[in-house]
Amino acid sequence: MAATEVLGPRARERIGRLDRIWEERPGLVGWLTTVDHKRIGLLYFFTTLAFFGAGGVEALLMRTQLSSPDGHVLGPDRYDQVMTMHGVTMIFLFVIPMTTGAFGNYLVPLMLGARDMAFPRLNALSYWLFLGSGCLMYAGLFLNMGPDAGWFNYVPLALKRYDPGLNIDFYALGLIFNSISSTVAAANFVVTIFKLRAPGMSLNRMPLFVFAMLAVSLSLLIALPSLTVDLVFLELQRRLGFHFFDVGHGGSALLWQHLFWFFGHPEVYIIVLPAFGIATSIIPTFAKHRMIAFPLVALAELLVAFIGFGVWAHHMFATGIPTVTLVFFAAASMMVVIPSTIQIYAWTVTVMMGRPEFKAPLLFIGGFIAFFVVGGLSGIMFAAIPFDQATTDTYFVVAHFHFIIFGAAVFPILGGMYYWFPKVTGRLYHEPVAKASFWLTFAGTALTFFPMHIVGLLGMPRRVYTYQRGLGWDAYNLSETIGAFILTAGLLLIFGNLLWSRFRGPPAGPDPFFGGTLEWATSSPPPHYNFAVIPTVTSPYPNWDRADREEDARKLEAGELVLEEGHETPASTVRDGYLDEVLEMPSESWWPLTLGLLITVIFVMLLLAHFVIAGIFGALAVLALGGWHLQEPAEA
Amino acid sequence: MLAGCGGGGGGRQNVLHPESHAERRIATLWWVMLTGAAIGFGVIALLLFLGWARRNRDRLPFGGGERAATVLVVGLGIAVPIVVLATLFIWSDVFVLRSTAAPSKKSTQMTIDVVGHQWFWEVRYPGTKAVTANEIHIPTRTRVNLVGTTADVIHSFWVPELNRKVDLIPGHPNRILLEADRPGAYRGQCSEFCGLQHAHMAMWVYADPPDRFRAWLANMAKPARAPTTAEERRGQRVFGSNECAHCHTIRGTNAQGRIGPDLTHLGTRTTLAALVLPNNRAALEEWLRDPQHVKPGNRMPRVPLSAADYRALAAYLESLR
Repeated sequence: MAATEVLGPRARERIGRLDRIWEERPGLVGWLTTVDHKRIGLLYFFTTLAFFGAGGVEALLMRTQLSSPDGHVLGPDRYDQVMTMHGVTMIFLFVIPMTTGAFGNYLVPLMLGARDMAFPRLNALSYWLFLGSGCLMYAGLFLNMGPDAGWFNYVPLALKRYDPGLNIDFYALGLIFNSISSTVAAANFVVTIFKLRAPGMSLNRMPLFVFAMLAVSLSLLIALPSLTVDLVFLELQRRLGFHFFDVGHGGSALLWQHLFWFFGHPEVYIIVLPAFGIATSIIPTFAKHRMIAFPLVALAELLVAFIGFGVWAHHMFATGIPTVTLVFFAAASMMVVIPSTIQIYAWTVTVMMGRPEFKAPLLFIGGFIAFFVVGGLSGIMFAAIPFDQATTDTYFVVAHFHFIIFGAAVFPILGGMYYWFPKVTGRLYHEPVAKASFWLTFAGTALTFFPMHIVGLLGMPRRVYTYQRGLGWDAYNLSETIGAFILTAGLLLIFGNLLWSRFRGPPAGPDPFFGGTLEWATSSPPPHYNFAVIPTVTSPYPNWDRADREEDARKLEAGELVLEEGHETPASTVRDGYLDEVLEMPSESWWPLTLGLLITVIFVMLLLAHFVIAGIFGALAVLALGGWHLQEPAEA
Repeated sequence: MLAGCGGGGGGRQNVLHPESHAERRIATLWWVMLTGAAIGFGVIALLLFLGWARRNRDRLPFGGGERAATVLVVGLGIAVPIVVLATLFIWSDVFVLRSTAAPSKKSTQMTIDVVGHQWFWEVRYPGTKAVTANEIHIPTRTRVNLVGTTADVIHSFWVPELNRKVDLIPGHPNRILLEADRPGAYRGQCSEFCGLQHAHMAMWVYADPPDRFRAWLANMAKPARAPTTAEERRGQRVFGSNECAHCHTIRGTNAQGRIGPDLTHLGTRTTLAALVLPNNRAALEEWLRDPQHVKPGNRMPRVPLSAADYRALAAYLESLR
């Protein structure tokens, strides 16, 4: 609270009551049964970080293999598994769960002034499903049966005839499993964002980070079914002899690609939009100026997601689809540039308008803008069809999407880790080391990925486990490998800084950077109930409205909007954010974990083709859902 | 810097070292886009730099307020990109696209069929009996209509110095223009991930003066030359009585397999196993003795033979010129 030191006895009594109502069990049991969005966010954070480590080791293995021609670190079989799992990990097990599961979970309710997500137990379930799906796919890799047809897994290569082991089944079932988790999480975000905003937070006062999360969640809900259908077709064909992708039986190999990319391209925006959201959180704070063209930026975030659904065939420009189709998708792909340029200029102009303080989080955003512009410009080049057909499936593409995924998505994540670290831990990170870690990471990223443009133009195809001497690729590949190790050192410095600061950092207080959004209006770390008084919002940057926040302290004394009767959070109207009703929230429960475990067993049994056992566990899962609902809170 | 990396003609796969009319258009497109991109990056870098340099002063450098800032965002973020993108679209996706497209059936003087296999290229010359692998010979300054299909998974046909690429997709023949201005050797490589040996699925395109090309094609269309020495005859017997003949064709003999490459004129090729080894006696023997060591995962099994049989087999195959 902004005015903790002047709390009166009645306020202290109310806080004590809230503490008792919202308290969760201590220790390990508390973590296993938690429904607190902040704890679930932390579970996501550490899990995705572990997967990031695994994906990073895979990247280093590949870079070591490719550091010189005719390398012998990995054979083709291992290389293909490592390459595929690197892609699958970084997209499905790191970036998306990190931005939605960790950042989104932790921050969205805080930014909205809510006490939790709309469906806290569903939130816990989505974490356990995510954990199960990640472990399932990694079990494949450790059994030397990891997915090995690349992350977009083209047929016929992925059909039983060319890939007879369980490798592709680990991929297909793992991703179907993973989509359940993402779907559940996305639905939860949509409802939370539309219904649980603090009184007064009409849509036009909603933080831009939340707009980005809304766009991401809607995209996930629309895009994921296409992937799931594709994977179900694939499994039906692999397991039960269906012919969806067989030309000889009236199927089509391109059907896989269309369904995959109808999901796969929106996926790219699902990856970068939260990063945009993080940038629009960090920039106003350190520039000490609200975002320029705020409504335009909000609209641009939604537009990126929307147009993103009309561009999928640009991944298929070399497949011989008709020229009319090519030209249509090229035009749509160029259109998606506009909402991106709006945001880029809004960010840079906001920095110019304010008096920016270049602390580590803002440095990471600067790096993000530079990398995003490079990746965006090379992206525009792919909308020039003849150039796309010259360079697609080469290292030029690898360079392009790593500038986007690593430069434009991971840099804001890293900046965001520094930015919200004081909020989550209550301690400050070490600023000089943080700055050094930025420059090291920046240099490593540039050295790793920039030469890939050149080596791609020199004709190096992507996804080769080795290459021959004499093609002019050797020096570039070596520099990429050196860059990858510098980048690793930079990342280790970041995590070392955060780990050290977690125990040794000076206390941060509730609002060390004078942030404008509501997460800074509560203590660091926030209590289980987030806000003792549900804040009332009158602008897009409510924490800069000092009078409103002082009013909160008065309301606490008076007992207005404290909701101390039970496990309660307010719900508001969808558009204008008028206070609508008070919701009784569920408390901690074993059911999400139980259901998550049961569903994990179902997928393991499907993988092993024990369909009867899978059915039995399916029935148990239905029973578990029954138990879950018996424990629902009563209507308030 | 980039163009310099190509070296002088042949042996490289440099997109920016064009050796045909079509690829020159694409290279020009790149250099123009690179210039535009450099300007675009420069503008944003300048804004970021100004943000840093003027960190202790607020408002825009020319003193503009909130309104000017919004105008700047709308101007640079919406108006400028629309103009630039529309121009690029019309140039690249209408004009360059058209001038690098596959020749129509009527206008083309020549068609070549390429079939992708895990992991080699089968090359056929329709209208003749000529079949070869991993080497495409074309006459210079001829607009060849190349028709690509696949025998198994998706591959992608790409000779960077001559034109863009096209995927080889089951049941979906795709066409592409192949032409070269000058005689030379142009390297190409599969560029769609196709399994274990995707990395070793390369090919040569040899552009020859038309009369030399015709002589080559006439020889290619002939059946295999009969063995002349005792060792070559022994090699032919070894070939016919082992698994070799189940997978490979040698026209004019009983070997009619369709799984591996046609070996009728293997002796004329410059490389083995899709550019993995040079084609000489020692390399050929090495390959025959242990194909899985040379190219792990490829479809050719190790056939256990005596040392003398390996030698004879290599001598026979080398004689197939």
